[in-house]
Amino acid sequence: MNYIIPLIITFLAGLLMLVAEFIPHKPFESIVSELEIWFMIISGFAIVLGQLSLLKMNFFKIKYKSEGWKYCIVTLASFFIMLLVGIFWGTESHAGLLGQGKVFVDSIGVKPFDFIFNNIYQHLMAAMFSLLAFFIASAAYRAFIARTLESSLLLVSAIIVMLGNTSVGSSLTSFLPQSLNFLHLPNLSKFIMDYPNLAGQRAIMIGAGLGIIGSSLRIILGIERSWIGGKK
Amino acid sequence: MIEFWTSFGIWLGALSTLAIWSFLYKDNPFYKVAEQIFVGISAAYWLVYTIYNILIPNLFSKLIADPVANWIYFIPGILGLMMILRIIPKFEKLSFYPLSLLIGTTAGISLLRFLKSDVLTQTTATMLNPFAATSLTVTIGQIIIIIGTITGLVYFYFSKKHEGFIGANARVGIIFLMVSFGASFGYTVMARISLLIGRLQFIFGDWLHLIK
Repeated sequence: MNYIIPLIITFLAGLLMLVAEFIPHKPFESIVSELEIWFMIISGFAIVLGQLSLLKMNFFKIKYKSEGWKYCIVTLASFFIMLLVGIFWGTESHAGLLGQGKVFVDSIGVKPFDFIFNNIYQHLMAAMFSLLAFFIASAAYRAFIARTLESSLLLVSAIIVMLGNTSVGSSLTSFLPQSLNFLHLPNLSKFIMDYPNLAGQRAIMIGAGLGIIGSSLRIILGIERSWIGGKK
Repeated sequence: MIEFWTSFGIWLGALSTLAIWSFLYKDNPFYKVAEQIFVGISAAYWLVYTIYNILIPNLFSKLIADPVANWIYFIPGILGLMMILRIIPKFEKLSFYPLSLLIGTTAGISLLRFLKSDVLTQTTATMLNPFAATSLTVTIGQIIIIIGTITGLVYFYFSKKHEGFIGANARVGIIFLMVSFGASFGYTVMARISLLIGRLQFIFGDWLHLIK
């Protein structure tokens, strides 16, 4: 019984979304728009659940002094500082519980939440992703070893696309005559992006789309139940 | 005063960047601290964003303004609380009800969205007449699109063993997929390198003032 009601709710919610698409009239239109708001609200609580789960995990690591527990204190401290400044003095577009934080705006130029966001969060995020430039280089070394036809194609298309989008690539083939203009690296790169790449992406999109349609139908019809523990 | 805080912000940004980059040497406490700060701030940022942009306008403001007229919003509110109860193992099963609504709605929306945007639109866009194109390059390109899309799809057809006619088509399909992966990889590398250049400009320009 525990699993039947959730499965019925899933079926009805999925069916409603489908029916409303084909019958865009009352009452389906209004029911679906209401359901979309409910969806947002529950998703919002799901995000809160995610953060609570993060806090719980970190608290337990500190409590049981698991490996690296001292770093969990840093996580919790940064979490609570950001959360509290956001709740008390709000964000750039929202007032907080204590107002607009005018004292901070007058002294540091922005609200504390935005100060942390602009000066720590954004830099950490950019640095973290820029770090991948180094690791992607070593990954490229492994991937680009032309052992088979497939890996050679990967290598050639990646190099052409990379060079074709830089001024170096453009100058490398600038000596080519007008009649061989299509071999000019930027043109070759554009051709790869516009045609073979598009064909591959399109095959992936259609294939993935068909897969998602199949999975969605399985969920709506209650065949796929892994989200409730796969019970029958 | 504002100048001081601007400089302080630049220093914070520079030290954060260097702490993350210290991982290039090896995993070390500076990197770990920066990583945990990133996790904590990131989690709090999304929580604050959710509160101000989702929960307050869609739920709390309506219930506070006129709870009688907006009584219907008590239902998603209660379902949301049931969702949060998942954190307590004893009440885990209560979360199945809000989860079922989320999953059912997502399945319905995804089915329609992917049917329209990924299947129908992309299939329609592949129905080309290459011989009506204005130039030879476009004609060749459109033939490549038609062959590449069909053979790529054959590669993803796993209900039949890839041998004979299907195997040959799948082999052509994988060629197009590899070219596509290579192009995507090239773009990803370029995006990451441009981020790296941005960071270097910040370090040597905004922080150290060595470049303008």
